[in-house]
Amino acid sequence: MTAKERRPRSKETIDQYLLSEQQLEEMYETMLLARRLNERMLALNRQGRAPFFIGGTGQEAAQVGAAMSLKRGEDYLVPYYRDLAMNLVFGMSAREAMLNLLAKKDDPHGGGRQMPSHWGVGSRKVVTGGSVVATQLLHAAGIALAAKMSSDPIVVLTCCGEGSTSKGDFHEALNFAQIHRLPVIFYVQNNGYAISESTEKEMPIAHVADRARAYNMHSASVDGMDAIAVYQTVKPAVDQARRGGGPFLIEARCYRLGAHSSDDDDSRYRPKAELEEWTQKDPITLFRRRVETDKVFPPEELDEIEERVTAEVQDAVEWATNQPDPAPEDALGFVYRE
Amino acid sequence: MAVMTVLEAVRTALGEALDADARTFILGEDVETGGVFRATEGLKARFPGRLIDTPLAESSIVGVSIGAAHYGMRPIAEIQFADFIHSAFDQFVSEASRWSYRTRGESSLPMVVRTPWGGGVHGGQHHSQSIEAYYTHLPGLKVVAPSFPADYRSLLRASVDDPNPVLFLEHKRTYRLIRQEIDGAAAETVIGRSRVTRRGGDLTIYAYGLMLHESLAAAESLSAEGIECTVVDLLTLLPLDVETILETARNTGKVLIVHEDTLTGGFGGEIAALIAEHAFEYLDAPVRRLAAPDIPAMPYAHAMEAFFMPDRDKIATAARELAAY
Ligand SMILES: Cc1ncc(C[n+]2csc(CCOP(=O)(O)OP(=O)(O)O)c2C)c(N)n1
Ligand SMILES: [Mg+2]
Repeated sequence: MTAKERRPRSKETIDQYLLSEQQLEEMYETMLLARRLNERMLALNRQGRAPFFIGGTGQEAAQVGAAMSLKRGEDYLVPYYRDLAMNLVFGMSAREAMLNLLAKKDDPHGGGRQMPSHWGVGSRKVVTGGSVVATQLLHAAGIALAAKMSSDPIVVLTCCGEGSTSKGDFHEALNFAQIHRLPVIFYVQNNGYAISESTEKEMPIAHVADRARAYNMHSASVDGMDAIAVYQTVKPAVDQARRGGGPFLIEARCYRLGAHSSDDDDSRYRPKAELEEWTQKDPITLFRRRVETDKVFPPEELDEIEERVTAEVQDAVEWATNQPDPAPEDALGFVYRE
Repeated sequence: MAVMTVLEAVRTALGEALDADARTFILGEDVETGGVFRATEGLKARFPGRLIDTPLAESSIVGVSIGAAHYGMRPIAEIQFADFIHSAFDQFVSEASRWSYRTRGESSLPMVVRTPWGGGVHGGQHHSQSIEAYYTHLPGLKVVAPSFPADYRSLLRASVDDPNPVLFLEHKRTYRLIRQEIDGAAAETVIGRSRVTRRGGDLTIYAYGLMLHESLAAAESLSAEGIECTVVDLLTLLPLDVETILETARNTGKVLIVHEDTLTGGFGGEIAALIAEHAFEYLDAPVRRLAAPDIPAMPYAHAMEAFFMPDRDKIATAARELAAY
């Protein structure tokens, strides 16, 4: 008998989630894959095999819950550098993630021209971005404007960190989007830090969501460690935007469980006790506990997912390592479109 | 006997400046914990209340510095990476560089904006940029780009003391790479002067930042082949030390200008133009520029980054060709 057949289904609880069993499984598997990939990427960096790593550990629920609210293949994702899990939802494989980390020639996110974690694949409607924070929010508003002008019923979701909401670009994007009632979700992952600066140094308000008031915009602040709560908050906002209800500012309160990047030593500024406290709220552990308690999946099935993910990551590293690097002269191509 | 890295020289100068003048203070992202390169490490404890962590917004860092300098303070701003300075470009172009001019000198801005620039650190497109070509087009601003620790220290002090806005460029690859015995070392204290770092009769190489060190390495190996180079460390890019540039060009008759910024519209064009205009009769060969290829930004992958960056081998090759001309 397979695990699936043995499952003591709990239909009401699943209905309460507003998510199907299949979606819940995807949620867990994607969060876990993102986590294991990030762990492995950091290890590769430490072994000297990848000069730079920046990850989203602690933000998996915030990312997966939000990305799953979108229509893949139709809606646009304008991500930021921590959004590995969002990209996985949008169709990135583990192998592709490793191609990107190792800056291989066939990395579809620019083939080694940018640092890793600067994603963008046009055919997937994931929009390329640079490292200069918050610039992408205006691109998202522009895509939403064009879609509205074209009567294209899509939604754009764009991300940044809470620190990036200090930039003029953030405020300009919200202002523009609200004036034109654009179908765009500004999704801010408030992980408590902008490198070493905690939120009190970044802004004089407690919640990023409060910034919406200045623009007469809908807003919400959600527990970003809870993937299901995130989905339940973002999905209605996406639906509303699609119906012409205008933009939304959503803050996902989460935590950066890792250092800022492979170049950062977070022990210089982050209290140990704080990190320990947030580790207790690890979004993946929380999710697992909840679906186990509610008997959505038997533990064996979750273990199977775990094994599958581990194998996938191992395969990805081995495969990507053997892919070709860019040639020196590859640097010269694509300056202009021919 | 004190050996200092570039980073230590910068940190030392910052401490000295804070110590010397109560009107100075430091502002920027993450500066209170030392900054991402640790240039301000330890200063918060020594100078309580005089380091300010700013919100993540570069235009505000430069704009607020302008206001504080106008009031009479001496702000020393840090832009975390030169690549992120451009949202403050307007504050440089439209405001800081024109302040003295438009007030007929009644008001000026004694402020410094320090920023790490340059590549060779696997920083990719947004952590490797050379920004000097944009900012040297702004009379009213001074742009300083040292190469050796002793000059970093003395010119940073001079920048803080200068009554004008100074953009102080620190090559990030050299931060920990370049060390120097600082006692008794030549240290330029005047903004606007270059230094002839090496004398040789065959050709002159002009460079700054990491490329100055690569040029010196190239000159050393060329010397073993019998090609003797003069190497000029430009130190200040705006205002330029025209005299030293022309004197060395006239002496050697052949010139090679090196920078890691892309070629077209790069700062080398200005030096080339000066030499062509004022030392033409002395030239024995066409002016030669060695720069990065004209692509939008430094790529990340190792092979492409190495292809992009000029280095000692590429400099030596260009110099050999020039010497043989
Ligand atoms: C305009 C700009 N300035 C500075 C940086 C350097 N930098 C990279 S990430 C970062 C902190 C961003 O914090 P936040 O927006 O909260 O996002 P998080 O990294 O916490 O996810 C900084 C200062 C940058 N990338 N862009
Ligand atoms: Mg943050």
